[in-house]
Amino acid sequence: MNMSMDKILVSPNPHIHSATTTKVLMRDVVIALLPAVIVSVVVDGWKEMLVLAVSVLSCMALEYLITRYCFKKASTLGDWSAAVTGVLLALNLPPTTPWWVVFLGAVFAIGVAKMTFGGLGQNIFNPALVGRVFLLISFPTYMTHWEIPQGLFGVDAISGATPLGAIKEGLMQGATVPDLMASHGYTYSQMLFANIGGSAGEACAIAILVGFIYLVARKVIKPWITLSILGTVAAVSCIFWLANPAQFTDPLFNLLTGGLLLGSCFMATDYVTSPMSTKGGIIFGIGIGFITLMIRYFGSYPEGVSFAILIMNSTVPLLNNWFHQKKYGRA
Amino acid sequence: MARRTFSIGGVHPADSKISRGCKLEYLPIPPTVYIALSQHIGAPAKPVVTVGDKVKVGQVLAEPGGFMSAYIHSSVSGTVKSIGPRKDLSGNNQMVVEIAVEGDEWMENIDRSDTLVTDLPEDPKAIIEKIKLGGVVGLGGATFPTHVKLSPPPGKTCEMLIINGCECEPYLTSDFRTLLEKGEQVVIGTALIKKALGVAKATIAIEDNKLEAIEHINKVVDSLKSKGPEYSGIEVLSLMKKYPEGGEKQLIDAVMHRQVKSGGLPIDVGAVVDNVCTALAVYEAVQKNKPLIDNSVTVTGECFPKQANLIVRVGTPLNYVIDYLGGVPEAAAKVISGGPMMGKAIANLEAATMKGTGGLLFLTREQTKRMPESNCIRCGKCADACPMGLEPFLLNRLSKAGDMDALEANAVQDCIMCGCCLYSCPAGIPLLDTISQARGQVMGIMRARAAAAKAAAEAAKAAAEAANGSTGSPTVK
Repeated sequence: MNMSMDKILVSPNPHIHSATTTKVLMRDVVIALLPAVIVSVVVDGWKEMLVLAVSVLSCMALEYLITRYCFKKASTLGDWSAAVTGVLLALNLPPTTPWWVVFLGAVFAIGVAKMTFGGLGQNIFNPALVGRVFLLISFPTYMTHWEIPQGLFGVDAISGATPLGAIKEGLMQGATVPDLMASHGYTYSQMLFANIGGSAGEACAIAILVGFIYLVARKVIKPWITLSILGTVAAVSCIFWLANPAQFTDPLFNLLTGGLLLGSCFMATDYVTSPMSTKGGIIFGIGIGFITLMIRYFGSYPEGVSFAILIMNSTVPLLNNWFHQKKYGRA
Repeated sequence: MARRTFSIGGVHPADSKISRGCKLEYLPIPPTVYIALSQHIGAPAKPVVTVGDKVKVGQVLAEPGGFMSAYIHSSVSGTVKSIGPRKDLSGNNQMVVEIAVEGDEWMENIDRSDTLVTDLPEDPKAIIEKIKLGGVVGLGGATFPTHVKLSPPPGKTCEMLIINGCECEPYLTSDFRTLLEKGEQVVIGTALIKKALGVAKATIAIEDNKLEAIEHINKVVDSLKSKGPEYSGIEVLSLMKKYPEGGEKQLIDAVMHRQVKSGGLPIDVGAVVDNVCTALAVYEAVQKNKPLIDNSVTVTGECFPKQANLIVRVGTPLNYVIDYLGGVPEAAAKVISGGPMMGKAIANLEAATMKGTGGLLFLTREQTKRMPESNCIRCGKCADACPMGLEPFLLNRLSKAGDMDALEANAVQDCIMCGCCLYSCPAGIPLLDTISQARGQVMGIMRARAAAAKAAAEAAKAAAEAANGSTGSPTVK
């Protein structure tokens, strides 16, 4: 025998581990966001690049500084979760947002929403959304003025409203939905291919869906939360729209505008702030879809996805208590 | 057609069956064997030999020490040197019979020829008796005495015999080689168990990463159909590869779509499950009079120079097996008895093999190292992986809080220790470590409660009888 006994490792089973670690999962989310990032940079140009850079770098710097100097622990930068928050926050902001507003958003996202609760896994609310909502309430001017995209090399930015904003404003002035759609020239192909105004991540439905399919295929997330949000929005808006097409926007419009796709694919599916069980996830998704539409139709904000997700985030502990996994032999 | 498998949880570790091409090979007999008296679930066997006795291969060394116990036979011929405590692979003392080997002389009644014996005994009871006398125990891991399993309690009937050829643990290939090289014996063994149970249907379940074995056993089953009515009703079922398919409860779910109730036995849902190597041992014990004195052991690992599937005499020191194949490689950091998911890390390489030893696996530090624990990200992967539908993240938290009532309510006692939770946790949280500790405590509490309830019931009964006696009950004549 050429191995001394003290060299043998003895520990309980299992003796091997899956290669899927937190880092791998979070890096997959960043990869899944790349199509949306690329499209938003191509469409919105260098301003979007600046927003992305400031957001990602400040989120990562804050994560590092807080874990090292406040928690006095090893840095958790390596788990990529700060990068995910950075990219998501950037995609939730208009490309025209000044750098210092982006930075404040990052401070709120990482510093307040994530780290005050104890870091990754401990927070109740989605950090990027908390950052966005903080900015929306504090700096409404920056957050609601958008430019009609002119492309990476375009110069003459035209400012305007997002489709949801324009329709809401028009309805308040007594116009009807079909008139407004026609007068603004909105078409569904525009929405699918990133030619409408909005925050970067709202702009291209296809890029977001590609990322979503990647995450589902890689088994990073399950599709149920996303599908239940989209299904609820489609079903509920269908009822309203059929009842009064002059006052209420149609299902396809609701699915393709605002942050609905970005929110339902990337923010509502955040592990930490969504229910553990599939059943809980479906209830969670129905809640988000319903609240989003109620805000869009009846609220004072044109857009409701962020608020809907944050409200439903607060129900997650309850949903986790109510809905459990189906156990073997205990039917 | 959808690939059939169990319905809850499971994981897909890399197959790593690098020894699948290695034919079964007899390991030379070591100079000394150490045969443990407790190689099965239940009471240790009681030795019937004394120091200085000459024994032959297949001679009884010890008799069952209770209802739930098994015969132990000598795996070698030679002289009994000592009967006393010796350290097992975990380093705990175990009673063993030490035998110095002299030659290889077998008991006369053992048929050592390769001739297949296809005629089955007439009487099912005779089959069970021979299984008992052969010291056969379950070789799938639990080493449950087979004759006890084949005698269902009154009121319970078996509807299907399942022969477990899943071998869902990565690396292990001894069941696979047994199916390929001793397929006939396995199928005859299946027919024997089927007859002993008086059941019409038997299913040999094999995972679909072993297509050669599925094909071969199908041929064997077809060719044996002509040998008598006992050979009909045996089916081969291909199952989707997924760990832990070979777990008894999971396999019953996959094959019969039935689930054993918490705390229940397979027979409650009409199932009896036996491993393919158990079926082989049954064949040898009943048809050839050969007791369970050797078993197949996969010796493997990427860092191990020579892969092998060895037939090893029970009681062979592990380091004798390892040295035969070239010794422990420098790169090995952990030696495991069994597979990488449920096997036991060996602390003492001088320990000897037992009936249930199925594999020796060498892993490098890189392969087996645990990652540093980080925060739970509530991804739910542990709950998705748990084949019992438990929520390991929750059990881990409750275990740390020491909340025994909540642990019991959340079914920690149902844990089968398969390791899927820890395997799949992306944050490297040692879930199974805390859960198995809590499981032990909760099971202790449940046993104590059951014992107290039984004692209370008996006391009440005694009191009632005493009261009846004093008043001169009219029923007492």
